[in-house]
Amino acid sequence: MRGTLESFSLVGWAEATLKPSHLFFITFLFVSLISCLAGAQDLLDSRTLVVEAFDTPGDAGNSIDLRWTLKRIPVAIPYMPKWPPPDRIGGTPDTPASSYRILVSGQQDGESKQVAEIPANTHYETDITRPWWVWGKRRNYVHFFQIKSNSDFQLANGTPYFFKIVLTDEQRIIESPVVSATPQANSFNWAKLNNLILMLAFGAVVLFSIRRARSNPNIFLRRIPGLDAVEEAVGRATEMGKPVLYLTGSGELGGSGDPSNLATIAATVILGDVAKRTAAYGAELKVPHRSSIVMAVSQEIVKESYFAAGRPDSYKEESNFFITGDQFAYTAAVDGIILRERPAANFFLGYYYAEALLLAETGASTGAIQIAGTDAEHQLPFFITTCDYTLIGEELYAASAYLSREPVLVGTLRGQDIGKGFLLAIMVLGAILVTVGEISSVPWFRLLLQFFSDIK
Amino acid sequence: MVFWRRTLPLLLTFILGVTFTLQYYVPHPASEALLSEVSVWNQIIAGFAILLGVGSLLTTHYAKISRKEAGWGYSAVMFVSMFVMLGAGIWSGGKTEGTSFGWLYDYVFVALQGTMFSLLAFFVASAAYRAFRARTPEATVLLLAAILVMWGRVPLGEYFVSGIGQVAQWIMSVPNTAAQRGILIGVSLGGIATSIKIICGIERSYLGEGKE
Repeated sequence: MRGTLESFSLVGWAEATLKPSHLFFITFLFVSLISCLAGAQDLLDSRTLVVEAFDTPGDAGNSIDLRWTLKRIPVAIPYMPKWPPPDRIGGTPDTPASSYRILVSGQQDGESKQVAEIPANTHYETDITRPWWVWGKRRNYVHFFQIKSNSDFQLANGTPYFFKIVLTDEQRIIESPVVSATPQANSFNWAKLNNLILMLAFGAVVLFSIRRARSNPNIFLRRIPGLDAVEEAVGRATEMGKPVLYLTGSGELGGSGDPSNLATIAATVILGDVAKRTAAYGAELKVPHRSSIVMAVSQEIVKESYFAAGRPDSYKEESNFFITGDQFAYTAAVDGIILRERPAANFFLGYYYAEALLLAETGASTGAIQIAGTDAEHQLPFFITTCDYTLIGEELYAASAYLSREPVLVGTLRGQDIGKGFLLAIMVLGAILVTVGEISSVPWFRLLLQFFSDIK
Repeated sequence: MVFWRRTLPLLLTFILGVTFTLQYYVPHPASEALLSEVSVWNQIIAGFAILLGVGSLLTTHYAKISRKEAGWGYSAVMFVSMFVMLGAGIWSGGKTEGTSFGWLYDYVFVALQGTMFSLLAFFVASAAYRAFRARTPEATVLLLAAILVMWGRVPLGEYFVSGIGQVAQWIMSVPNTAAQRGILIGVSLGGIATSIKIICGIERSYLGEGKE
């Protein structure tokens, strides 16, 4: 007997007794048992909604952010491992069939009003576009919703509000506890911190470049043919005895964030240099305007230029004149001037809209030498096809430095070049990260890319 | 005199420039109210500036008529048009519904605006003809790109050459967008640099005087 027991081996017995089909059947039974126990735990576990309400960061107030997740509260089954972890959604109800209702009340126990109902498989933290330093980690199992004041519902700053989330699906209704939050107006929009840092850094680079340009004024400037041609254009007009037509564009000097402001300022600055040349050559200058404020500024600039050129007697107040603020009435009037007076040189500088082609094509039909410059990228193709020279985008801003060769102004161009070099490096790096990340599917490439995307 | 003509404008430019640069980062309602208030100031200044504009318009055209310059008849038409429109506006109490002022606006002014705008179609054709004559390698590239895009954007193009629509879309969304973004980056940096120059008083020629 002892000998028999000593020689008994479970593996040997199994090999001798069980067939492969028996082994498969035992494995199947084991997996089924585990699945039944897990399913039983899933049914036995209760679930609760964990909700957090807080003031939307970095806004003018009148809004509240809500985030919530469905949390499992596990029932202990002996010897049963806790999987999935209880802090994650287990047996997820996040299907389109179920939905979350968001209820708001002005009082803790007051009547709630439904402000939104969303499908349960939408509105996750991962949808948020705020940068990581404002929001932190974005989880794909935590829901997010922003409640803003609208015509139906007002959230007043400084007043507490009470919120509740209700999950409804085919089997059950789960209500969250009531949470409260108070909307506040914030003093700084932290989501724009990257913008502020980059602006300050770029400003510092520009000011540093200006400082360096004072000590070392020999800075190389590449040729800008459009600006070199100013002399030629004015000279040609003088020889032909025809006027020089200069337009400052359709922009304003309103100062209210209008994108045309800077282009208009650049156009008036170049007008000063053109006026000095017309004064020196004795050519007639005509500057029709769409904006009376720009006209007043231009009158002052032209007058100063004639004084600076030593020809105050040649200055005419009426060389700058107002036509109308209406786009096409202005265009018709300027086209009329071009066709009747046939200026020998036309300058179209500043910001333009649909009138760009109407003006430049009319000028081209008269055979005048035409120089254009704008940062309105949609009008650039029209100027390029109809004008002899076109200042593209930033060349318009560089004109002041180029024409005057003032070291201080030229220094700013060096600062811009450094900024462009930095952006170029970031773009190349971003392109490499995207490419390598897609090829290798390594997650940290995407994280780095997200980092750069937030920084931009 | 120097204070009023140079120091004060530069000081105001610096203070307002810095204030409204920072305003962009402050979402508080007080900051928004400040911006709205200054926008109202802008409108008031623009209202007064219209007087300057109208004064300039009348002076220029009156001088042309009195000197009997070439084309003085157009100036006379301007005076007649202006006073007819002004008279109709005053007569109608500023109302446009069923009034002579509204009639002039709808059937004369809007029609003239539409006429000017519709000229664009013909001007685009003549400008395109000039640009696409393929005299230089750059113009040839432009011509080829234009032909591909035009073919790709019409149903007949896809009917004759399968996949031409995707080629057109690629031209628009890759080389075209890349060029536009390049321009945009340059414009943005140039804009910031120009703003810094103006706020710091380095660029002051817009005040009608030389650089620093």
